[in-house]
Amino acid sequence: MSNEIKLAHGGGGILMQELIRENIVPALKSKSLMELADSARLDVDNISLAFTMDGFVVDPLIFPGGDIGRLAVCGTINDLAARGARPLALSLGLIIEEGLCLEIFRQIMDSVARTAREADVEVVTGDTKVVERGSASGIFITTSGVGQMRRDMDFGPDRIAAGDVVIINGYIGDHGIAVMSLREGISFVSTVKSDVAPLAEMVGKVLDMCGPAVKCMKDPTRGGLAANLNEIARKVGILLEEDKIPVRNQVRGACELLGLDVLSVANEGKMLFVVSEKEAQKALEALNNHPLGRDAAIIGRVDDKAGLVRLKTSIGGERIIDTPYGEELPRIC
Amino acid sequence: MPKTYSNRNDADRVVELLKESANRLAGRVIKVMEVCGTHTVTAQAAGVHKLLPANVKLLSGPGCPVCVTPAGFIDQVIKLALEENVHVMTYGDMIRVPGVNDSLDDARRRGAKVSVVYSVNDALERARKNPDQRVLFLGIGFETTAPATAYAIKTAQKESLKNFLVLSAHKTIIPAMEALLEDPETAVDGFLAPGHVSVIIGSGAYEPLMKRYQQPCVVAGFDGTQMLMGLVRILLQIIAEKPAVENVYQSRVNREGNRSARELIEEVFAPAGSVWRGLGEIPQSGLVIRPEFGEFDAGKVFDLPQPEDHDRPGCRCGDVLKGIITPDDCPLFAKACKPSTPIGACMVSREGSCSAYYKYRNAGVEI
Repeated sequence: MSNEIKLAHGGGGILMQELIRENIVPALKSKSLMELADSARLDVDNISLAFTMDGFVVDPLIFPGGDIGRLAVCGTINDLAARGARPLALSLGLIIEEGLCLEIFRQIMDSVARTAREADVEVVTGDTKVVERGSASGIFITTSGVGQMRRDMDFGPDRIAAGDVVIINGYIGDHGIAVMSLREGISFVSTVKSDVAPLAEMVGKVLDMCGPAVKCMKDPTRGGLAANLNEIARKVGILLEEDKIPVRNQVRGACELLGLDVLSVANEGKMLFVVSEKEAQKALEALNNHPLGRDAAIIGRVDDKAGLVRLKTSIGGERIIDTPYGEELPRIC
Repeated sequence: MPKTYSNRNDADRVVELLKESANRLAGRVIKVMEVCGTHTVTAQAAGVHKLLPANVKLLSGPGCPVCVTPAGFIDQVIKLALEENVHVMTYGDMIRVPGVNDSLDDARRRGAKVSVVYSVNDALERARKNPDQRVLFLGIGFETTAPATAYAIKTAQKESLKNFLVLSAHKTIIPAMEALLEDPETAVDGFLAPGHVSVIIGSGAYEPLMKRYQQPCVVAGFDGTQMLMGLVRILLQIIAEKPAVENVYQSRVNREGNRSARELIEEVFAPAGSVWRGLGEIPQSGLVIRPEFGEFDAGKVFDLPQPEDHDRPGCRCGDVLKGIITPDDCPLFAKACKPSTPIGACMVSREGSCSAYYKYRNAGVEI
C-alpha cells in the first residue's frame, strides 16, 4: 500500500478491503468487525439485535429517482435487512457545508422523513454540525440503525452450499448510472432513475415464506454484484448467467460508453439472495408479489469451484467476475 | 445503440463454423491478432477465448492508445502541470499510467490540476469559461479520437481562444500494423481489424498493406459474435489460400470510411514518426499538429522534444503488444504487476491486454 489514501480506497473494491483489513480491523480488534458483515449482531438477553451505520457523500445531492436523504435512510435499512432484521430506530448525523441553500436542505429533510415513514421506522436521535465552505460538498450524512433479528435465524456465507441458487430482486446498475449520467452529461440515459428504496419489508416477506432456506443476503451497493459475490464465494463458487441478469438497455449502453462492467456498478435498492434450490421458486414468488421485486430473477447457481465467481456469457463463453479494483468513479453514495 | 449481446443461436452457429474450419486446419496453429484494445476487452468479457478451438489463438496487438503512449509523454505533461500551471484535461485511463516515476494521479495529489473528461468539448468549454487558465488537452488515441481533437483545434482557432492547448500523442493504426508485419519476431496468420477505427479509415485502407504481405484481415465489430465471425472468415481465407480484406461489420463500416473525418485529420495534423511504448519509434505513425495551428500545439509552445520511452526493468509490455507472448508469460504478471500496482502500461488501461487478462481470468487461473 502506498503511503497516502487515494480516492480509489473508497471505491468498494480491493483497495478498500485492504484498507479495512490492514488498517482498521487490526486497530480495533472487535470480533464482530472481523466478520465484515453488513450489520453487527448484538445478543442481549433473549433478543438479537442488528446494528449498523453508513456514511453518504454523494454528488450531486439530488439525482434522478432520489437524493442524499432518501439514500441515507435506505442504505442503513438495507444493511439491517441483509441480516434479516426489522428496523427499529435510526440516527441521523448531518455535516453541513456553510452556504448550503436552505431550500435544498429542507427538501433533503423532507425526503428523510418520507423515506423513514415508507419504511415504518423513526429517526430517534441525531447530530448537526456546520463546517467552513470547502470542508464538505453541500452536505454529508451519516445514519445508524438498530433492528431486531429473527429468532434463531441468521444469514451469512457459512451455510451456502453447492446447488443453492442466486436471486436478485430486479434491474441492476440503475443507481450508479443515474448518478453518473447526470454528472457526466450523458443525456440519452436521462430516463434511468436510481433504484434507491428501503428493502426491509420485501426481505421480510421472503423470510416469512422461506425461513432459513434463505442462506445469505447482501445488498450490492458500491462495487456492485461483482464485489458482493466475491465476498460470499470464499468456500464455494458461483456461476452467473449473463442472459438471466436483468439490465436495462440504457444502462447497458451507458456502461459501454463509460467503459464500465455493469456487474461492478452500484445499486441502492437491490438485494442478492442465496436460497436453497428447493425453496427458490417460493422465494421468487414472494419477491414477484412485492412492488420492489416484480422483476426478480434467478441469475445463477452456487457450485464447488471455491473462490471463483464466473459468468456464462450470452454467446456461451465463460469468464471470471473479479472484485473491482476500486475505480476512481465519481462519488455515488 | 450498437447491439452488444447477440442472439445465442447465432453465436452457437458461428462457434460450430469456427470448429469446422479449425478442424480443416488441424495440425496447424493459427495465430490471429486483434489490433484493438476494445476487441481485447470484448474478447475477455464475452468469454471468446473459452470458445476457441485448441489450434486457434487470439493475440492482443498494440491497439490500446493508453498502453502505447510512452512514459516520457506522461513526464512532460506532469512537468507542464506542476511548473507551468496548466490545467490538464484527459480521457480517464491516462491518469493512472505511470511515467518514469509518477502518474498524473500522483501529480494531482501533489496539487497539479488534472481532470478527466469524456469529450474534448469539455476542455474547450473550460478554456472559454476560464480565460486566465491555460487548458491542456491530451490528444490520445487513433483515428477514432483524432477527428474530435482536430475539430476542437479548428474551433479554438475560429473563436481565437488563447488559452487552449493540445499535446498530441495521436497515432495511426496502419503504420503500426506494417511495423508488426516487418518484425520477424511477430508471427501472426491474420488480423482482426478494429471496427471503430475502420468507420473512419474504411476497410479499403488495409488493402495495400495486406496485399503486400499476403495477410488475411477482417474488420469486425465489438461483440463476441462479431469477433467469432471475423475469425471464421480468416480461417476460411487461410484454407482457401486467398488472403484478402473482408468486413463483417457492414452495418457501420464501408470500404471508403468517413471522408469528412479523414479530411479534418489531414487538415489539422501531419504524419510524423512517433514513439510507441514498448515498440520504439515507428515512421509516419504519429499525428503532429500542422504549423498553421502551432499556437494550439503545446509541443511547440513549450518547445518539447519527442517524448522518450522508458520501459521498466523486467516489464515485457513490448512483447505483449507485439503478440510475441501472452500476459501470463511475463515474469511480473500478477506478481509485482497488478491492477493495484501496475508496472507496465498494459496493466493500467482498462483496454490493456494484461489488465483484461487479469480481470477476466483471475490472474491467469484457468476456469
